[in-house]
Amino acid sequence: MPTSDNAFRTALALIMSMDSALLSIVILSLQVSLIAVFVASLLALPLGAALALWRFPGRNGVIIALNALMGLPPVVAGLCVYLLLSRAGPLGEWGLLFTPTAMVIAQVILVLPIIAALTRQQIEALHAEYAEQLNSLGLSRSRMIPTLLWDARFALMTVILAGFGRASAEVGAVMIVGGNIDGVTRVMTTSIVLETSKGNLPMALGLGIILLALVTMINAIAHIIGETAKRRLG
Amino acid sequence: MKKATAFITLGALGLTFSGSLMAADDYITLASTTSTENSGLFDAIIPTFTEETGIEVRVVAVGTGQAFEIGRRGDADSLLVHDTAGEEQFVADGYATERLNVMYNDFVIVGPSDDPAGISDSESVTDAMQRIAESASPFASRGDDSGTNRAELRLWEDAGVTPKGEWYRELGSGMGPTLNTAAGMDAYTFTDRATWVAFENPQDLTLLFEGDEALFNQYGSLLLSEERHPDLKHDLAAQWHEWLVSEEGQQAIADFEVDGQQLFFPNAE
Repeated sequence: MPTSDNAFRTALALIMSMDSALLSIVILSLQVSLIAVFVASLLALPLGAALALWRFPGRNGVIIALNALMGLPPVVAGLCVYLLLSRAGPLGEWGLLFTPTAMVIAQVILVLPIIAALTRQQIEALHAEYAEQLNSLGLSRSRMIPTLLWDARFALMTVILAGFGRASAEVGAVMIVGGNIDGVTRVMTTSIVLETSKGNLPMALGLGIILLALVTMINAIAHIIGETAKRRLG
Repeated sequence: MKKATAFITLGALGLTFSGSLMAADDYITLASTTSTENSGLFDAIIPTFTEETGIEVRVVAVGTGQAFEIGRRGDADSLLVHDTAGEEQFVADGYATERLNVMYNDFVIVGPSDDPAGISDSESVTDAMQRIAESASPFASRGDDSGTNRAELRLWEDAGVTPKGEWYRELGSGMGPTLNTAAGMDAYTFTDRATWVAFENPQDLTLLFEGDEALFNQYGSLLLSEERHPDLKHDLAAQWHEWLVSEEGQQAIADFEVDGQQLFFPNAE
């Protein structure tokens, strides 16, 4: 396979050269996906926990909708954000289309259901386990949320990483709302699409290898932090 | 309060990030075609323009059909596309106030090097297309309402062929992906010369037919209507529009080469 051979060499050469264009693409990719995951987590963790603790009419409907939205095609999310942010759309005045902010918004929509749905499941299990103790302490449900989230933090780390995986891997949404503008909204995945369309397959695969390495690195960091914390806290 | 500290740090991190995502104001968004972007033309000419005027040009490269839609919605400040009939309609519909010829190149037909339909000695492009249809040789069509796709469909009509059947494969993708697919399934395809010359994965594909006048591929710049979209950067866009047809702009286009081959020929009046 000459192509994959070249790809590894291309990837290596790219990393060695510390190409400034590549560096800015890598940084933007991380910025967009990390901010999206951060914002989505702020909203989705309490939302998922609340959904685990409260019983209300239509709750099953909400859970089913969240679970289904985990499979939302990125290109559909992108299209919805495009129509929202387009000058002809309701939020057109903000002038956000084809900016990194638009890409963050699209990825928040993609990541939020994953984190919320999986958090709901984790917290529900944990709550079933500790319900008696928590009740005997006389905690209200809204007071239980931080306690349960903190207790489930190691499991939730994996949940957040799943969300990050979704954000860093998707191309359909950022392509539509970002426009793949050189130096402005071009990220790793849209670069891979562009190089593929130019027929520059070694470069496309080389970028893929770098993306995979970056995602592995972030997962490794998260894992090490988790393990260290677990050992410290016993 | 380790938790709170961590939270504040993360929040501050988020703010720093979003701060660096803010953009400068002296730029226009240009909706253009994949052929101009993929061939590297913009990388060659935009820096010259930016140096002269201080205006950054941000290119969103899509098919011509989608570029028109972006223009209609007011999501780009300027358009550079290649479908003269469509562009004139765009002006007639009031979305643009002016359309100017900027440059041209040509379309070519590429296919497997053994040329199963024998098109390389065709007398005209319609003759070549008839031979492909008669021999039912696989043909990969963009099928994405791009300028190239529209030109291809007009030529089938001129050739008196209804492109239908197992041999005619509508891919619904851009020029590059279509070339990748055509190379993978040994199919003929219709492409602009710029994308073809800059394309790096031809495998067994080779240029089989070129040179008919009907393969002329005109690019035009559109000045969008201020009346319809008052919020756009019309002043900056007008500078770009005028620069393209100015002596410097035309020279920059003529100077752009790939492998020693000129890919776009300036022809502003």
